[in-house]
Amino acid sequence: MNHEEIEISVKNFNLWYADNQALKNINLDIPRRKITALIGPSGCGKTSFIRCLNRMNDLIPTVRTEGEMLLNNENINHKDVDVVSLRKKVGMVFQKPNPFPSSVFENVAYGPRIHGEKNKQQLAQIVEESLKNAALWDEVSDRIDRSALSLSGGQQQRLCIARTLAVQPDIILLDEPCSALDPISTSKIEDLMVKLKEQYTIIIVTHNMQQAARVSDYTAFFLHGKIIEFDETKKLFKKPKEKSTEDYITGRFG
Amino acid sequence: MNLQEKRRRKDQLFAVICLASTITGILLLALLLCDIFVKGFSWLSWDFICSYPSRFPERAGIKSAFWGSIWLILLTAAIALPMGVSAAIYLEEYAPRSRLTKIIEINIFNLAGVPSVVYGILGLALFVRGLSLGKSLIAGALTLSLLVLPIIIISTKEALSAVPNSLREASYGLGASRWQTIRYQILPSAMPWILTGSILALSRAIGETAPLIMIGALTFVAFTPQTPLDPFTAMPIQIFNWISRPQPEFANIASAAIIVLLLVLLTMNAAAIILRRKYQKKLQGQ
Repeated sequence: MNHEEIEISVKNFNLWYADNQALKNINLDIPRRKITALIGPSGCGKTSFIRCLNRMNDLIPTVRTEGEMLLNNENINHKDVDVVSLRKKVGMVFQKPNPFPSSVFENVAYGPRIHGEKNKQQLAQIVEESLKNAALWDEVSDRIDRSALSLSGGQQQRLCIARTLAVQPDIILLDEPCSALDPISTSKIEDLMVKLKEQYTIIIVTHNMQQAARVSDYTAFFLHGKIIEFDETKKLFKKPKEKSTEDYITGRFG
Repeated sequence: MNLQEKRRRKDQLFAVICLASTITGILLLALLLCDIFVKGFSWLSWDFICSYPSRFPERAGIKSAFWGSIWLILLTAAIALPMGVSAAIYLEEYAPRSRLTKIIEINIFNLAGVPSVVYGILGLALFVRGLSLGKSLIAGALTLSLLVLPIIIISTKEALSAVPNSLREASYGLGASRWQTIRYQILPSAMPWILTGSILALSRAIGETAPLIMIGALTFVAFTPQTPLDPFTAMPIQIFNWISRPQPEFANIASAAIIVLLLVLLTMNAAAIILRRKYQKKLQGQ
């Protein structure tokens, strides 16, 4: 993949929860404006890994990391890094839709507002654009002042994506974004991801192998805290180099 | 008797014991309330609320005690709420999960169980004499603040920890700072429970007698306080004073005062419920 531009470069990365090592010597180059899928059985470290990319693991006191994650030649995990501006650059959508208990508008406006946008017209424009980019505008334009909690699960998840888009990140992390959704909502979000990769680098953790095969350009297979194989999705699914990758994607374990 | 029969019997027995305990509690309370209403109701009047205490039962009123209590509770709220809520925010959101934090938290729980007289003694030494505030409203309010602070901290802490982590993550994930997350997401979500806990704590304060007697609140006051530095009396003290008088009429007046105190308490608790409902509706977007 030397023809790709690299957005994040991970080198010899290790992570411990207290004494338990969850990530072992991870090396991975994540290409810009592509969808990279992380697959692997539960507990293999995919989520731990993705949560390092925007320092979400800081919220867990026992976490310790080692190694480098370079974003624009800056090590994300360095203690001097401003987490606030890092998270502005690296947005995240979580497993369960978690809209704020306020209106649809407020949900999307929250991000720009905390980053200093005060102009009401500007905010309204950002909200509309973000909702349009998240393919939600048509469904909610008439109830933008209603509570976000009144939306369906799939709409809530797209709202969470819109909310992330509103702070204009470079990278969007999606941690099993469809695991709590029905197939129709899932396919809407998949279409959306494909559309979004024109502007954003997308990293998605998924348990759904078909999903990884359908939407992603690159796939990394995690097992027991290590990356077993990383390749173009087509190659990895058609001709895995490693035996355990093949066993996993053909459903022999997992 | 086979095993199943035995088990069923035990089950029934337990249910009966629980029911009996509930009924005993309610009956005793009802009896007490009846007694107070029978004695005090006929003495209740607008004049009673608007008159100062007097040696003559028919002229005695609770104006000074009523306003003393109101002053006291407002001052206590103004002191204890910001302090208690801030302390709880620190402990829940900022403090490292260390052994020291644990020890502090356990001791706050212990403080909530310390008898109120002890706070009275502390208030006497610290505020009345130490800070030379005298037997003033502010000394009383500070003493009551000490008393309710642990309760406010504990209930606020519980309210904050009940806020789902997914909300914190959502906010941090958008690049919000800790303060922004607390201010715009966590506090509004926890507010209904913080309010309920705080108002219940304050309604405990308004019924306290012992600490106020310790710091030397007056028992016969024929004026309403104008500033926080004025001497004062409060409803529980007035009630205590009347009850201890020999004339039987004063016992009835005391009952009337108890009814007023109960009404104030009920109003505060109702306010807690209404506020909680309102906030919850707002959060659920109805």
